[in-house]
Amino acid sequence: MFKTNKDMPPCAMSLADMSHNKTGSWRTFKPVLDENKCIKCFICWKFCPENSIDIENDMPKINYDYCKGCGICSNECPKKCIEMVEE
Amino acid sequence: MKLTIPGEELMGHGNLSCQGCGGSLAMRYALKALGRDTIAVIPACCWSIIDGPFPYSCLKIPVFHTAFETAASAASGVSAAMKIKGKKTTVLAWAGDGGTFDIGIQALSGAAERGDNIIYICYDNEAYMNTGIQRSSATPYGAWTTTTPAKKFKSAPKKNMVEIMVAHKIPYTATACIAYPEDFIKKIKKAKGFQGTKYIQVLAPCPTGWRYDPAKTIELSKMAVESGIYPLYEVENGIYKISRKAKNKTVKEYIKMQGRFSHLTGEVIDEMQKNVDKEWELLIRKEEFYGHTKE
Amino acid sequence: MKKVVTGNYAASYGAKVSRAEVVAAYPITPQTQIVEKIASFVANNEMDAEYIKVESEHSAMAACVGASAAGCRAYTATSAQGLALMHEMLHWAANARLPVVMANVNRAMGPPWTVWTDQNDSLSQRDTGWLQFYCENSQEVFDTTIQAYKICEKIGLPGMLVLDAFILSHTSEPVEIYDQDRIDKFLPKYNPRYKLEPSETHAFGGLTTPEWYYELRYKIQSAMDEGLKEIESVGKDFGKMFGRKYGLIEKYRCDDIDTLLVMSGSTASTGKEVIDRLRDNGERIGLARMRVFRPFPKQEMRKLAEDVNKIIVIDRNISFGNEGIFFSELKSALYNENTDIPVYGFIAGLGGRDITMKDIEGMIKKADGKPKDIIWWGLK
Repeated sequence: MFKTNKDMPPCAMSLADMSHNKTGSWRTFKPVLDENKCIKCFICWKFCPENSIDIENDMPKINYDYCKGCGICSNECPKKCIEMVEE
Repeated sequence: MKLTIPGEELMGHGNLSCQGCGGSLAMRYALKALGRDTIAVIPACCWSIIDGPFPYSCLKIPVFHTAFETAASAASGVSAAMKIKGKKTTVLAWAGDGGTFDIGIQALSGAAERGDNIIYICYDNEAYMNTGIQRSSATPYGAWTTTTPAKKFKSAPKKNMVEIMVAHKIPYTATACIAYPEDFIKKIKKAKGFQGTKYIQVLAPCPTGWRYDPAKTIELSKMAVESGIYPLYEVENGIYKISRKAKNKTVKEYIKMQGRFSHLTGEVIDEMQKNVDKEWELLIRKEEFYGHTKE
Repeated sequence: MKKVVTGNYAASYGAKVSRAEVVAAYPITPQTQIVEKIASFVANNEMDAEYIKVESEHSAMAACVGASAAGCRAYTATSAQGLALMHEMLHWAANARLPVVMANVNRAMGPPWTVWTDQNDSLSQRDTGWLQFYCENSQEVFDTTIQAYKICEKIGLPGMLVLDAFILSHTSEPVEIYDQDRIDKFLPKYNPRYKLEPSETHAFGGLTTPEWYYELRYKIQSAMDEGLKEIESVGKDFGKMFGRKYGLIEKYRCDDIDTLLVMSGSTASTGKEVIDRLRDNGERIGLARMRVFRPFPKQEMRKLAEDVNKIIVIDRNISFGNEGIFFSELKSALYNENTDIPVYGFIAGLGGRDITMKDIEGMIKKADGKPKDIIWWGLK
């Protein structure tokens, strides 16, 4: 972001968000949603610590760019329709 | 589509929390409750790192990272600034249990006694997790940490910080748990309605430090509440109200899920169960005393 | 308007006329009057400020830091143990580039318990990134408070003005309190470029790796360099507006001299009396009163040293294991420049012991021959 100290603000302060940090690369297991079994309760969305389950067309959609693969969604899914699959 | 918590996300992607981090979830919920017109003051804690390194931040609100023991005092300063400028912005002090129960308790007590207008949320992961799992005064009896090895596990009970805050006679004190985000968010919104210092302590399990599978964060959090180990309640102007009555799990069930308790023998566990039962009974009596048992 | 006030009250008035918006302070002898007076200003609506009665000095500085980060002009005052307790947050204020202004009443450090003056408390904060102004009298305390805000807000660093316990803090002198509208013209409202503001969402002070930390420190050093110029130009402008001009070093009778006496704080007043007496006797001696210790005025010191062949430094402080701190810093400024000038270092007046005219004359007399180790003047 900076070339020299002259480009920098006077103190350490944020100038951008963390979206460049694709935490999906941390994953060893990947949650895979079976849309046919999903009852759209959005419990997976609610409990995702990464805010990496979006809601698209009334369906949970896992954002693999940021999902760290913790498995909470799979564990909490009342219909057991999210499977953790090795990467 | 029916969502039980607000849809807006003020915690962006790419944060640096560990997998299954309870503290990350706690922040996500807190910001949903508080909204954009909020300034966060964050002392040394996991969130000093989770937020992201200079020049980045994953939070969509302004943040002031401050020294370990100054969450409350720096927040008091920000709050005074908002007051003199005539702004209604919420000032959130967001600290871990070490920064709250231990090193920051003096500043917090000072702010609470003065009634400085802040919402103080302690995300409680029951040890110094950011420095690598050392015991804090929020670590429960019996737990292993790197400074309380299994052979000499933590022999003092968890400090009852909630009651310490209640004793300050602040308008609102509550406990919460990340497994119950609706309750947590409701409590934060309620806190926002009070003038003065508000204290909410949210249980935010740490898979790294508690030694359990990150996928179990919510399951385990629920069990902490269901066993009565971490009761959910609020104290509004001195009136106690238990948020969740059912106590249908045992200490044994709760601790067997966690590596930090794996060294404990049956005798110790029985002792812990007795203590939890006693505390639970006491809490019920406090609620009864104020005549708010029946909803 | 002239008022007869103590050094402490001069500090309180300084904070008031500078329109400090948030004051957070904790009482400690001999600073108490400063914050008591401010409390009464606020209570009587003479000062539009939020006064946070914190439970410690550490919290005082933390609250000032928070208020300043949120875009307010913040003020506190302390002394000795209180300043030491603030230490961590002094770094925080400077490194976060926040122009908090504070008065520190110089009091010796315990144990043993003492309330009397010396400079070890403030000089122990030398490397925190704070500007340090050593005041000689109440008027200067008042004037420097106003100037400190102007300077500090320009360069983005905090500033500490220092006054001696009791000798200055509790001594009443007439102080000219200028009209508020003229002060407002000189010191407009603080309006920082970056602050805690929900529409801007910056996170301040987050984790910084070795990749950029080093450059952030260089920027503080550059700000200090800018501070040298700013102190002089603000001091000059102040003179134009209010009739009292200030700079980095006050040169007292430094024309045509061969010996330079270097002092700081209120003791310099006694030094001036000695200079007058010696000049009357035909001795070629002048006094340099170090008004500013950080940033250290190296160039000015070198210029002064060019025309003399002897320098005597009296330190009301001691860096244990080394020597007097002004003495050290002054020699360091001259090294590679004027290495052949003898510089004599004296320690005097620690813990509030009087430094009399006779003492100063004695030290001047003693400064002869090849300078040896520091001398503890008047040691029993």
